[in-house]
Amino acid sequence: MQTKRMTFNSRWLPYALLAPQVIITLVFFVWPASQALWQSMLRQDPFGLRTTFVWFQNFERLFEDSHYLASMKTTLIFSVSTTLLSMSVALLFAVMVNRMIRSQNAYSTFLVWPYAVAPAIAGVLWWFIFNPSVGILPYILEGFGYDWNHRLDAGDAMILVVVAAAWKQISYNFLFFLAGLHSIPQSLVEAAAIDGASRTKRFWTIIFPLLSPTTFFLMVVNVVYAMFDTFGVIHATTEGGPAQATNILVYKVYRDGFVGNNLGSSAAQSVILMVIVIALTVVQFRWIERRVNY
Amino acid sequence: MVENDRWGTLFAHIILILGVAVVVFPVYVALVASTHEGGTFLRGVMPLLPGSHGWENYSTVIIEGRSNAGAPPIGGMLWNSFVMAMAIAIGKIAISLLSAFAIVYFRFPFRIFFFWVIFVTLMLPVEVRIVPTFEVVAQLNMLNTYAGLSIPLIASATATFLFRQFFMTVPEEMLEAARVDGAGPMKFFKDILMPLSITNIAAMFVIMFIYGWNQYLWPLLITTDDSYYTIVMGIQRMVTGGDSEPLWHLVMATVVLAALPPILVILFMQRLFVKGLTETEK
Amino acid sequence: MARIVIDDLHKVYAGGVKAVTGVSLDIADGEMIVLVGPSGCGKSTLLRMVAGLETITNGTLTIGDRVVNDLEPADRDIAMVFQNYALYPHMTVRGNLAYGLKNRGVSKPDIERRVNEAAAMLEIADFLDRKPRALSGGQRQRVAMGRALVREPAAFLFDEPLSNLDAKLRVQMRVEIRQLQRRLRTTSLYVTHDQLEALTMADRLVVLNGGVIEQVGTPMDVYAKPASVFVAGFIGSPAMNMIDAGYLRDHGSMPAEMPSGTDIVGVRPDDLLLAKPEGPHLALQGTVALLEPAGAESHIYVTLDGNSAPLTVRVQGLPSVLEGQGVPLYAPLSALHPFNKASGKRTD
Repeated sequence: MQTKRMTFNSRWLPYALLAPQVIITLVFFVWPASQALWQSMLRQDPFGLRTTFVWFQNFERLFEDSHYLASMKTTLIFSVSTTLLSMSVALLFAVMVNRMIRSQNAYSTFLVWPYAVAPAIAGVLWWFIFNPSVGILPYILEGFGYDWNHRLDAGDAMILVVVAAAWKQISYNFLFFLAGLHSIPQSLVEAAAIDGASRTKRFWTIIFPLLSPTTFFLMVVNVVYAMFDTFGVIHATTEGGPAQATNILVYKVYRDGFVGNNLGSSAAQSVILMVIVIALTVVQFRWIERRVNY
Repeated sequence: MVENDRWGTLFAHIILILGVAVVVFPVYVALVASTHEGGTFLRGVMPLLPGSHGWENYSTVIIEGRSNAGAPPIGGMLWNSFVMAMAIAIGKIAISLLSAFAIVYFRFPFRIFFFWVIFVTLMLPVEVRIVPTFEVVAQLNMLNTYAGLSIPLIASATATFLFRQFFMTVPEEMLEAARVDGAGPMKFFKDILMPLSITNIAAMFVIMFIYGWNQYLWPLLITTDDSYYTIVMGIQRMVTGGDSEPLWHLVMATVVLAALPPILVILFMQRLFVKGLTETEK
Repeated sequence: MARIVIDDLHKVYAGGVKAVTGVSLDIADGEMIVLVGPSGCGKSTLLRMVAGLETITNGTLTIGDRVVNDLEPADRDIAMVFQNYALYPHMTVRGNLAYGLKNRGVSKPDIERRVNEAAAMLEIADFLDRKPRALSGGQRQRVAMGRALVREPAAFLFDEPLSNLDAKLRVQMRVEIRQLQRRLRTTSLYVTHDQLEALTMADRLVVLNGGVIEQVGTPMDVYAKPASVFVAGFIGSPAMNMIDAGYLRDHGSMPAEMPSGTDIVGVRPDDLLLAKPEGPHLALQGTVALLEPAGAESHIYVTLDGNSAPLTVRVQGLPSVLEGQGVPLYAPLSALHPFNKASGKRTD
């Protein structure tokens, strides 16, 4: 990794400069993570009196636990739906805004601010809109003969959390797609127009392929967001229900660790989540490295 | 490009106006709901036009709160959120500037090792190490303190990478000229590097303030004393705290107050915000 | 004011790359030395070692009467003008000029006086309160000079200071820097890759190639008597023509007066003539490949019969030759530069 051609000479100063960040990282990140790793191989008896070292038994149990497997499936459905919904809407908006000239900034301003809304608040907002007794959407849906109730219906609950999570993320995706569109050389699009490609054709054959780095990057970021940052959405609304229908992995770690007090299992779940984040980070980082080299 | 596509442009405007409507709708609904009296919601579906009880509702939540439903007055919660967001934003920027400076402007043993230690923070979001982190904070007696709310969150690989990236683009000659002018490392940092980084610092501040303000799980874990509740987590207590149906007019007033500060930050600093967002992820 | 003695300086980079190999140079007080050479020849590295921006691998560097090998740049009593000026963009012009003095603990009224003097001398007094971004390229150049000037250092170091300016401004600044240096009589070391800049500005110029000195001398000495094939090709434009001695022997035109060991004969484009001169001379026969009018002068490219690389001939005005036409070429023997191919050195 590079430094400047010329650097300062000091034996102790660089360590002093790094100390605050490194100490915080060691105390609040590395140490707890290694604790999780250690605890994931321990089991406490029901009274918390005896702790035994059980190697990978906690992991084995998890993968035999139908609740855990169901939670994995829920997480998969939730993150894929959130990512797809949020990204496709954002791409549509970005493409439309990009063809505007004078109104670009005005539309952008209206589309970016949901980024500032906390996931938990986004959850509460949509929870209110979808509320079966006072919400506006169930009222409209009733007109179409659909009886909305996310408190009882698993599918309704999933739709609710997906919409809330995706809504908040639209701004982020929109900004990156718009930046991506701005960076496509106008001359390429013009060349395609001279070659007789229609607007739609130009989008699918020129613009969309050239956007693929942005798209790929956003996919990773959105999956990470949906898997980890949406804790608030779930916790403030469905609390994993009804009947585990929206119990995503992150929420389950919290429930099992704090509410259920099952430390060994919670720690094992933490470790699995860490592996997932690390894998996603590596994918993302390799992508960044590659792009830096261009 | 000369292209006469009036219908297409009209269509695009329609899509965008609908899109903006969908994006704005939830907050509009919250604003409207926060101006009605509680009884309105017992009569069935909520109205779509503002009512006349706005002042009343907002002063109720700010000053009185709903102690019987487990929610203190939110004036205090807003203050706590503000303190936490500021501490996190300033803390992250300070320690990241220093460590990026060390990594770019010094050569020393274990430099790469330290870089990786910082990088690790990206791989371990708080959500995946909830229980052990809670235990560490408990052991350090930092539960129910501002320090506990902010310090564990101020290690930031993102900000360090951004500043590192930026420092790499500062011309080599800046440092050389400063050396010839007799500036030592800290003088160079203070007189040259910090002023040059000011836009990046501001952009980072916008992003990190929002990040800090919107923290949810962390304050939920480490605060049990309601005088340290933050607004975003406090809402959850209001929604689920009582036995009965939530008092929607007050919940929505709280939601509006909780969402407003970061939204204002974004709207007033949109250019910096976009810069901060798109450049940290590069 | 100081004499600078560079004694057998070496620079080896961490990867083992040798940038400077055994350079020695004695710079008199008040002298303007220009280091010139192609990119990668080690001239910038040498300058940066003098400035203290690169460590010295081996050798001794003396400025004034102090050995400064291990001193920080700020303690060497030098000032530097950088290629891209390196002005602090967030400070005003005044702030830029004053920064080094402040760090040195110079008193406020003293700083004020020195900044104003330098500003007056460089005619930048009107923009003292502007930021560098609001200045033109030439003005920035002056500020960079001013920053060096206010320090009243023992030596000025210039690192290709004119290379970012357009051609017209470059000539103007060249003259100004030279005049200023004459007036202040401050020892100066000036790096450039432009041979014209080197010829016009130097008291003595130093031609570097591959980390070693090829030749040191006054501009006229170096031009009139280049010590090597490299210097002959680098100094002077258009470049000196090099004719293989074997070709001359085959055509019976190798002058007997050439010293032994000569296998390349150089002749400057100005010294190739279309008309037979008086006195002893070299005679050749060739064909005009291209005629290139350049205003006051013209360049004729002539291919010698049986030799592919064309020779360049410079003549005043527009000559009456046609492309494709056969022409005789002459060069006075006194204008020939004999070299040895293996050593690359001059043989007389």
